[in-house]
Amino acid sequence: MALRRFDIEAGGDSFAFKPETEEKIAFWRGKYPADKQRSAVIPLLWLAQKDNGGWLSEPAMREVADRLEMPYIRVYEVATFYTMFRLQPVGKFHVQLCGTTPCQLRGAEALKEVCTKEIGKPMYVTDDKRLSWEEVECLGACVNAPMAQINDDFYEDLTPESLSDILGRLRHGADVTPGPQIDRVNSAPEGGTTVLTDPKLFDGSRASLSALPNLPAPAAAAPAPAPTPAPRPEPAVAAPAPKDDLKRINGVGPKYEQMLYDMGITHYSQIATWSQETVDKTEELLGFKDRIDREKWVDQAKLLAAGKFDEHEREFGQGKD
Amino acid sequence: MSDTFKVNIDGQELEVPKSHTLMQACEEAGAEIPRFCYHERLSVAGNCRMCLVEWEGAPKPIASCAQLVGDLRPNRDGSAPVIRTKGAYVEKARNGVMEFLLINHPLDCPICDQGGECDLQDQAVAYGRSTSRYDENKRAVEDKYMGPLVKTIMTRCIQCTRCVRFAAEVAGVEEIGMISRGESAEITTYLEKSLTSELSGNVIDLCPVGALTSKPYAFNARPWELRETSSVDVMDAMGAAIRIDAKGDAVMRILPETNEEINEEWLSDKSRFVWDGLARQRLDRPYVRRNGKLVPVSWAEALEATKSALSVGADQIGVVAGDLIEVEQAKAALDLFRSLGVKNTDCRPAGAQYGADGVRERYILNPTLMGVEDADALLLVGTNPRVEAAVWNARIRKAWLWGDLKVAIIGEAADLTYPYEHLGVSPDALNTDAARAFLKNAKKPMIVVGEAAACRADGAAILAAAHNLALESGAIADGWAGFGMLHTAAGRVGALDAGFVPADGGKATAEILGGGLKTFVLLGADEVDLSALGAATVVYVGSHGDAGATRADIVLPSAAYSEMSATFVNTEGRVQMTNRAVQPKGEAREGWAIFRALSALVGKPLPYDTADALRAVLRGKEGENTPFSGRGYAPGAKGVAALKAGPAAASGSLGNEPFKRTIADFYLTNPIARASRTMAECSALATSLDTAMAAE
Repeated sequence: MALRRFDIEAGGDSFAFKPETEEKIAFWRGKYPADKQRSAVIPLLWLAQKDNGGWLSEPAMREVADRLEMPYIRVYEVATFYTMFRLQPVGKFHVQLCGTTPCQLRGAEALKEVCTKEIGKPMYVTDDKRLSWEEVECLGACVNAPMAQINDDFYEDLTPESLSDILGRLRHGADVTPGPQIDRVNSAPEGGTTVLTDPKLFDGSRASLSALPNLPAPAAAAPAPAPTPAPRPEPAVAAPAPKDDLKRINGVGPKYEQMLYDMGITHYSQIATWSQETVDKTEELLGFKDRIDREKWVDQAKLLAAGKFDEHEREFGQGKD
Repeated sequence: MSDTFKVNIDGQELEVPKSHTLMQACEEAGAEIPRFCYHERLSVAGNCRMCLVEWEGAPKPIASCAQLVGDLRPNRDGSAPVIRTKGAYVEKARNGVMEFLLINHPLDCPICDQGGECDLQDQAVAYGRSTSRYDENKRAVEDKYMGPLVKTIMTRCIQCTRCVRFAAEVAGVEEIGMISRGESAEITTYLEKSLTSELSGNVIDLCPVGALTSKPYAFNARPWELRETSSVDVMDAMGAAIRIDAKGDAVMRILPETNEEINEEWLSDKSRFVWDGLARQRLDRPYVRRNGKLVPVSWAEALEATKSALSVGADQIGVVAGDLIEVEQAKAALDLFRSLGVKNTDCRPAGAQYGADGVRERYILNPTLMGVEDADALLLVGTNPRVEAAVWNARIRKAWLWGDLKVAIIGEAADLTYPYEHLGVSPDALNTDAARAFLKNAKKPMIVVGEAAACRADGAAILAAAHNLALESGAIADGWAGFGMLHTAAGRVGALDAGFVPADGGKATAEILGGGLKTFVLLGADEVDLSALGAATVVYVGSHGDAGATRADIVLPSAAYSEMSATFVNTEGRVQMTNRAVQPKGEAREGWAIFRALSALVGKPLPYDTADALRAVLRGKEGENTPFSGRGYAPGAKGVAALKAGPAAASGSLGNEPFKRTIADFYLTNPIARASRTMAECSALATSLDTAMAAE
């Protein structure tokens, strides 16, 4: 970091905030109590820099000090401490080229050469007053390295050619687009995605029965679940359509209902006829133990199959739905 | 919870207040802690890291200046925390810090003015490595302009920020700061403007390295060549403790000494840098005016001429003493002229309305300079302490900044470096509800009247009104004498104590100098208006060729304050003695000796042959209580009884004419300062700043 000094000559004698800035000044000052107004020094210096064409002149700094009733030296200390306050004139478009490791590895050195060629030395302002550049430390866009900040916008994924093009456009007043300068959306992978590419992930077709990850392991006594589907409980009678609302059974939620449907169990009457063996099998398939007995699914189904909904509700409460 | 805490320092267990820093505790235990950034009278910065000590159990060495004892905790078994200020661990830590400090410090001690009295040099010897391991380029920093007094060699700076804190806290002018950061950090004034503080020279003493050194003293001498003499400053009426460093017969520099009751350890720029004036414009031999020109003569001729000048009759002689007169000279001159029957003697400025009644408490600063730290309300009447007693002004600021003092002034509004209530510009503001309201709830109010305020036509009324206000507001109570006068001249109180006022029927300064007499004797009186003396004979006794000597017909050269052991009484009534640092210039003699010689010539020999005998007369007989009986202390609250008796009867009423600025130019208040090039430079700079500000 080189010595930072005010360019006294270029700063002129006076500085005034733009009328529209007053509102912002009031906003920032409003954040601090009356006796702690000097806390607003950094935002005010920043606003002064904006109103002064991108750099902080000595009169601008004094104006901030006067407004906050701070000694000049105290504001001077702040202004020289933070390199984001520029104490020398800059061009209409000031390029802050990142030269920190990630950008450097991705080719920032070549970009520096472009800047030197197109503009000149760092902090040199072109004769048309449009361009200047400096190297800065990391601007936090490493994923899009190499990058540069030009005035308020990031220009990312630069190549010597694209930077040269941007500089040429800025010099001639043509439009430029901030953001990545290659075919890429924001920080998305370059050249398209390489993971999560299976379309099934996105059309819902993978949403089928599978072992849920967080459930307890099957009982140690039970034989390891066979890879082949276990013999499904036979439907007792041909199921008449439509399906019953199995969620009325206390203990069956939408998920188990769907699983039961998938097993071909669609009516209360089917469950009402389950034997103990069937219950055990079903529990194994559904991946839990003893719950059908404990929650008396079979008894509930008997009531429901008989159409005794009121009695079921009295006895077992409302099922999940 | 008790307010003290047990610490074990180097195996010695002691109990210290919790508010102490660990450094203070270590010093209490007798350990020496090196430091650069820490200073007793400044806020703690903790950035040099030189004061590291070991706290057993702590993961890292502790910066003892920034560690409060109250924040330590006992060991698990309840025993006192163990601190070590010596040993391999501490030495290694300090060695490392020292190595870093020296990385960018130039090895230019042989050409550095700080060499020989440099903290860094001393501590590098004690704690540093024998050789450097640093191979890289050292950084270099551009020198900064800080005015005519402070020379900067910024490459030597170790960024301790003492100067920054001094300017902001003590001097009250936030003009020094540290800009940029990291390796580029630099100490500078704002855009390298000159310091505008009248205490700026103190940063030279504060700087622990040779980054800020004295510009006038640059390359003049080495500390070990100098002869050090403790003395008392006479540039203002405070009587600050100073050390005069001399080489041969030349004063090389003046430094402050510590006197907690007067100047702490600060010194004003005038007192510090006036020394080159001691070598210029000096009256080094007697002169007598012949054919309109002063020609050098022998002492015998000069005294003979004086004798004939005094033979005009006692009522045709007027004697006026100046600002820098020492007590011995005043006493000897007064005794001589009284024995001749001269009544027209005065040591006060023209128009003075005080001191004639001989009640000492009415013209000294009874509350004492240090007393302002106990006061909770200070009313300044017609005085600007920043120029009249710059170091005291810093103490007022200290009391305001760290204590609960509030200040009000009646007089010209000025930047005093602390906020104040401005009650009015003219004396009639004394007699208002605003003034009474200001003092109303104060427990220890303090009212200080400037000397110049007592030299107006309504001066006596001002003094009486202020005195009455003090009585009324409880400023004069048992143990607290909250009313006094702030003088501007070092010799005034001493001369008044010696009785150097008009005798009954005698003329005061303004009337004496109004003309009409045949012979005038001026004892270093250069601040008075000499335009109306007419064709009279003027005898000037003094050290410098200034206004008085220019007008004089007979010049008798006397010693300056650095050249004699003499008594001065400061504005508090504190009797102090200077010490002779160098011999008087040429044929100059101590003032009292001139009058002793003259007294023999005129046939009225004074009853003392040595200065000691003279001082014995001043001290009075055994058991007698004169102002000179004791030395070195301020009477302070002893004056309560006399003050309670009320003010002197005053005729006239408070005027509405505004108080004027009392001192036009801080840097040029006496002949010595006017002879100094450094002071002239400071004055020119200050004047140009004033003009620039007025133009804005």
